[in-house]
Amino acid sequence: MSAVELNNIVKRFGAFTAVEKTSLSIPEGAFVTLLGPSGCGKTTTLRMIAGLLDPTEGEIVIGGRRVNDVPIHKRNLGLVFQNYALFPHKTVAENVAFGLRYRKVPRDEITRRVRDALELVQLPQLGDRYPKALSGGQQQRIALARAIVIEPDVLLLDEPLSALDANLREDMRVELKRIQERIGVTTVFVTHDQSEALAMSDRIVVMSNGRVEQVGAPEEVYTTPASEFVARFLGASNILEGRCLSRGPEGAVLEVPVFGTVRVPSARAPHLGGAGPAKLVVRAEKLILREAPARDALSAPATIEAVDYQGQAARYFLRAGDTALQAINMIDARPFPAGAQVHMTLRPQDCAALPG
Amino acid sequence: MGWSLIRIYTILVYGFMFLPVAVVVLLSFNENQFGSFPMTGVSLRWFEALWNNDAVMRAFRTSIILGLLTALISTTLGVLASLALVRYAVPGKNLITTVLIAPILVPEVVLAVALLLFLNWLGIGKSFALLLAGHVIFTLPFVILVVQARLVSIRRDVEEAALSLGASPMQTFFSVTLPLLMPAVAAGGLFAFTISFDDITGTLFWKPGGVETVPTQIFSMLRNSISPEINALGTVMILLTVGLPLLGAALARWLSMKRGV
Repeated sequence: MSAVELNNIVKRFGAFTAVEKTSLSIPEGAFVTLLGPSGCGKTTTLRMIAGLLDPTEGEIVIGGRRVNDVPIHKRNLGLVFQNYALFPHKTVAENVAFGLRYRKVPRDEITRRVRDALELVQLPQLGDRYPKALSGGQQQRIALARAIVIEPDVLLLDEPLSALDANLREDMRVELKRIQERIGVTTVFVTHDQSEALAMSDRIVVMSNGRVEQVGAPEEVYTTPASEFVARFLGASNILEGRCLSRGPEGAVLEVPVFGTVRVPSARAPHLGGAGPAKLVVRAEKLILREAPARDALSAPATIEAVDYQGQAARYFLRAGDTALQAINMIDARPFPAGAQVHMTLRPQDCAALPG
Repeated sequence: MGWSLIRIYTILVYGFMFLPVAVVVLLSFNENQFGSFPMTGVSLRWFEALWNNDAVMRAFRTSIILGLLTALISTTLGVLASLALVRYAVPGKNLITTVLIAPILVPEVVLAVALLLFLNWLGIGKSFALLLAGHVIFTLPFVILVVQARLVSIRRDVEEAALSLGASPMQTFFSVTLPLLMPAVAAGGLFAFTISFDDITGTLFWKPGGVETVPTQIFSMLRNSISPEINALGTVMILLTVGLPLLGAALARWLSMKRGV
């Protein structure tokens, strides 16, 4: 049974539609990420699940129960916010104990569970401090402890890592995933950061303009995008517009600029029906630059217009005829200099095809 | 050279403003019947006379009860109004804010006469309740301004966190919003009390016959003679209206220090 189910929910603010008819089923214990740029409706969706917003249409089912008319404080959800939202007038222990006080939990059990929760987030010694005395990362761990100590049916995370600085964010990412796996709580995570989504999720829901663009496992969403938006939003992609010449059980044959005829395997072209306009998605890291053309792969000459040195890798801005492309390659010895003539090589099975 | 002139000038201005107050306080401890310098000796006899003056003590009680009730009603209404105006989409929000703040923009005499005429027209006579209502009307803007400013700075997600943890909206208000609002509520209450305590214009219009507050009592005593008792009464007034807010500020600071803010 799914832990959370959204059936045709719609949210309008006056004339503006924030979320268009969306259905989504989140399995028990899964870590599901709503990913998209700001204004795509991901936070609105989360707030509707939380009960902070009422859907204009459709129904929300949590644990088999329709909750449209259940107010937030009776939904038994854990909520973690971008800015921590700890109670500044309460100590860390009081913050964590807050939800238990409204659940008729005996006093000594509260003490025990607060201690356990603080241990789970690895801050057992901070119970007597006030939130102002903690760092951002510590505050977010306490906020997480406060949300999970009540043993929520669903844990809702609204950009919980966005306010932290880069290094800390990656540590917290690992930490958050570890805790989620340990307690096995169904989790809905909202973020605009694709690397967070790819690293943490069991399933990613890519949203844009209030609509769900694609739902799938991280690898699936990354390697086989269902739309040009998904291809562009996750990672760096080159999109070559061309035509599909034929579509058979073994794959699709596309005619595109620069590379000519490309045979894309069937699994990488699930949305392509038959002959007609089509797009070839080429990931920047799959476009390998060489000094000589390759024999075992597609190959095309290009000029490097600019190089963006990134340490272990370099990002090249290329031009082949009228077409601008980009490639991200690991640096072997030295990066290619700007202005160099190179050959871009590409394996057809690394490409994905989309209807035009 | 220029700066020292400015310094001297500033000292003179402040002296002009505060010396009379100092004189009143000093003379209240003067032994002599006639308030003049040099003082002939230090004594508390005028405070004692004050203590034994029934009219003054009655005025004092009235003022304190009036001030406390004004503070209580004003802060309650002020918090409710601020919550509605800041947290909810009330139709006509701007108009309501303007109307609630208006009493500090309108001269007090105008407000006093208007309220009196209005109640006269309704056929309601002067009473303690009317006096209280008047005080509430013109202390309310101060409470609302202070509380609103604070409420805007309380993040909405802190309240949402409380709701998500199982506290009802009412429990959320009392366990999260109100404690965070407390410094502003206390400041608003102190404002309301002090303003009510030393108001004279409105009070003169609204008070029913036979009821005196401390300021109106002083006013009527002054009509007969300048008794040294008035100096003592003035000293007590200064102590209350200056000391109370200072005490409140110290308390607020101590509370926030304790929380390591």
